[in-house]
Amino acid sequence: MRKVLIGFTAILFVIMTPFHSFSQSAPPSEGGVLPKISLPVPQDQAYQQYLGLKGGGTFLIPQIKAKVVIVQIFSMYCPHCQKDAPVANEFFSKLLKDGKLKDNIKLIGIGAGNSDFEIDFFRKQYGIKFPLFSDGDFSIHKILGEVRTPYFIAIKIGKNGTHKVVYSKLGGINDPDEFLKIVKKISGF
Amino acid sequence: MIKNIKYIISVFAVAVMVSPAFGLSDAYKDNIYNPGELKPVDSVLNVKEGDTAPDFTLPSLSGERISLSDFRGKKNVVISFIPAAWTPVCSDQWPGYNLARSFFDENDAILLGITVDNIPTLYAWTNQMGKLWFPVLSDFWPHGGVADLYGVLRTSGVTERALFVIDKEGIIRYAVVGDINKRPELGALVIELRKLKSK
Repeated sequence: MRKVLIGFTAILFVIMTPFHSFSQSAPPSEGGVLPKISLPVPQDQAYQQYLGLKGGGTFLIPQIKAKVVIVQIFSMYCPHCQKDAPVANEFFSKLLKDGKLKDNIKLIGIGAGNSDFEIDFFRKQYGIKFPLFSDGDFSIHKILGEVRTPYFIAIKIGKNGTHKVVYSKLGGINDPDEFLKIVKKISGF
Repeated sequence: MIKNIKYIISVFAVAVMVSPAFGLSDAYKDNIYNPGELKPVDSVLNVKEGDTAPDFTLPSLSGERISLSDFRGKKNVVISFIPAAWTPVCSDQWPGYNLARSFFDENDAILLGITVDNIPTLYAWTNQMGKLWFPVLSDFWPHGGVADLYGVLRTSGVTERALFVIDKEGIIRYAVVGDINKRPELGALVIELRKLKSK
């Protein structure tokens, strides 16, 4: 019986190896594609309109109505994310004020390990206007290679629905004007 | 046979659950030691809700010695025991409470953060978090004396990840020892703080 159990344990770990590889995946690389991340369609009408989504259910990030989507991975518990929050707001305002970029470059945030309550608190605390999504169980964070925070990823969406990661870097926005220049460059605007 | 099934289930659970997932701020760069997955709870509480909270006096980062009884009749107190400096989950928990000060103020509460680390270690570690609004106390010597008093000292010598909410009369209103591997959700603590106001 002991031999059977040892054999079973060995087989089980072999079977589980792909799950481990999945949870310990690398951060998205520039030139590659974003792993499938399913997010709930926000209930807030203004967010639905901003993202070009309707109804309930879930959506994938490349389904957002934009040419480029910037994804901020943050946590309300992260001191650098707290410091960068007003800077991210300023960057978002600059995007909205630019007639050319407003409808083409969209910004969302995903709170790694943050509950809905924590996301809501963070949003109110800093007056964040762009959509934030919770990732309370770190499942998205795992898919994204357990990046440190804050981390920014940008994807460029093609006309046929394909997409490509054009930016994937650790660190905050720090300087909204500089970041805007980078975003314009990688977006081709 | 039942013993064998239990063994198989536990092996499967470990295979699924062992994962290094934690949210880690870049504020700490590569200075965080990851102890891996630990036994969720490794002590037995010596106190319960409704008990008078045992008094204690500990040195704080500011140089003062702070006693729980200093707040009797003046402030509600939240005690946050966290296991160790320079470890993943602990390094995020207090910066979150630092941001969430309004919830403590609204409910007339002070937060006391306690670890078994010594003052110089706590100084270096908390400096990475920005300026903390709450006192940070060292339960270094006699090692883990206050943690042991409350029943949250683990066999390895670090504390549990535990929260105690104590009202102005010194009565424990909420006592929770969470899974050491997970950060407690802020909303649950806020609910307990709001209960104090409604009493």
